Amino acid sequence: MAFEPKIIGFLCNWCSYTGADLAGVSRIKSAPNVRVIRTMCSGRVDPSFILKAFQIGADGVIVMGCHLGDCHYQEGNYKTIRRIPFLKRLVKGFGIDPRRLRLEWVSASEGDRFARIVNEFTEEIRSLGPLKLQVHTELRKTIHEPVEVV
Amino acid sequence: MAKPKLALYWAASCGGCEIAVLDVQEKILDVANAFDIVFWPVAMDFKYADVRKMEDKSIDLCLFNGSIRNSENAEIAHLLRAKSKALVAFGSCALEGGIPGLANLTTKQEILEFVYRGSPSTVVTDGGVFPQQHTKVPEGEIEIPEMWETVKSLDQVVEVDYYIPGCPPVPNQIWGVIEYILSGKPLPPKGSVIGAGVKTCCDECKRERKEKKLKQFFRPYEIETKPSECLLDQGIVCMGPATRDGCGALCPAANMPCRGCYGLPPNVMDQGAKMVSALSSVIDAHEPAEIERILDQISDPMGTFYRFSLAHSILRRVEKS
Ligand code: SF4
Ligand code: SF4
Ligand code: FES
Repeated sequence: MAFEPKIIGFLCNWCSYTGADLAGVSRIKSAPNVRVIRTMCSGRVDPSFILKAFQIGADGVIVMGCHLGDCHYQEGNYKTIRRIPFLKRLVKGFGIDPRRLRLEWVSASEGDRFARIVNEFTEEIRSLGPLKLQVHTELRKTIHEPVEVV
Repeated sequence: MAKPKLALYWAASCGGCEIAVLDVQEKILDVANAFDIVFWPVAMDFKYADVRKMEDKSIDLCLFNGSIRNSENAEIAHLLRAKSKALVAFGSCALEGGIPGLANLTTKQEILEFVYRGSPSTVVTDGGVFPQQHTKVPEGEIEIPEMWETVKSLDQVVEVDYYIPGCPPVPNQIWGVIEYILSGKPLPPKGSVIGAGVKTCCDECKRERKEKKLKQFFRPYEIETKPSECLLDQGIVCMGPATRDGCGALCPAANMPCRGCYGLPPNVMDQGAKMVSALSSVIDAHEPAEIERILDQISDPMGTFYRFSLAHSILRRVEKS
C-alpha cells in the first residue's frame, strides 16, 4: 500500500482553526492527512505534546497559530516562535529529521493559505517517507507509570 | 514477630546508591536491627541461588538500584520481582535509566568500538576483540551476560511498586522512607514516588528569583555567579524547573546548577520538553536569527536535559540508521 503520511496539526482556536474551517466552508480542496487538534493558543502546545505525537506514530507535526502581533493572548505565539526552533534541535538530537516539525502562521481569513500549507507539508512528509522509531515497537513499554500522592 | 525481610540489589549502576544507604550513618544499625537482610551483594555474601530458593513474595522490601542493560540485570529484576512483596526502583538509574541511560544516545556497536578499539587509553591487542558471550576455555565454555542495544529503566522490564528518585537519593529521604515503613502505617498507593516532594527543585531553592529575561547563556565556569540569585536568572542552564524537589536543592546551594537527578516533577512527561518550554519562556528575543543565536549558546541540550532520564523520556533513545 502506498505511504500516506500521518500528520498531527495543533491549530490555535482563534486564527488557524477558524482558517481551516474557512477552507472547509469555501470548499477548498486540501490533503486529508492532517489530524487537527484544536488548542486555545499556539503557546498552549507543550513540547511534550509534540514528542508524544512522534512517539505514538505521527510522521510529521505542524503547529499553526495567529500571525505575530495577532495572538489572542498577546504573547502566546512569541513563546511558540522560540519553542519550535528549540524543539527542532531536540528532535534532531533524537535522530528525527527536523523538517518533520513545522510552525506556520495562518489567520482566520486565510483558508487558501491553510490549504496550501497542508498540501505542501503533506508532500514534504511524503517525500521524507514514514518515520520509523524504535519507541513505536519494542521500547514503548512501561509497565507502571508513577502515580502522585499529595 | 519475625523481622521483615529486606533485599538490596545493584544492576547497571555506579555503586553510589549503595553508599547512600550507608550514609544514613549509625542508623544503618537500626536498619540491620529492624530488618532481616536476606540479599545484598555489595555488602554480604549471598548468591543468586539463595534467592532462587526463597518462596515467592517472601522478601518484604526490595530496594533495587541500577538500570537494566544486560541479560543478567533483567534476569535478576524478574527474580526479585517474583520474590518481593514491594519492589522499589531506588535511585535515578532504576527509576529512569540514569547516567547509564546516556548510552541510548548511541549504539552498542559504537560503544564497543570506542571502549575496545577507539579510546585513547585503549591498547588494541588481538585486532581489538569485543567481549564474546561464549568463550571456550580448557575447563569448558564460559558465558557472560548479553549487553543490550538499549538501556531500560526497571519499570520498562518488570512491575514496580514504588519509586525513590535521586542520583543518589539523599540519606535523610532514605531514612524517612525506612522509618515510615517501620512505623507500620499503611503504605501509599502502588506506583507512588516516595522519599521526594510533589513540586520542583526551584520550590526548595533558597536563591532569589526575579523576572527572567535572557539574551545570553553561560557554562558554569564562564562567569562568577552571584551567590544569592537564581542561577537561571544569571544565564546558567539550571534544571530546577524540570526536576522534582526532595533533595533540598543541594546543587544550587553549592553554586552548581541542578542537573536534574530527582527526575520528573508531577504532571511532567519529559524533562527535555519541560526545559524547552521553561527556557523558551525566558529567552528575550523575537527575531528568528536572534533566537537561533541565543539557542546556539545552550551547549549539548540532549546531554544536559536528559542527563538522567533519557531511557525513560518520551522517545527513549536516539535513532541511528
Ligand atoms: S532555576 Fe535553579 S537556581 Fe534558579 S530557583 Fe530553580 S533550582 Fe534555584
Ligand atoms: S539539585 Fe538537582 S541535581 Fe542536585 S541533588 Fe538536587 S535534584 Fe539532584
Ligand atoms: S491565540 Fe492564536 S497563537 Fe495565541
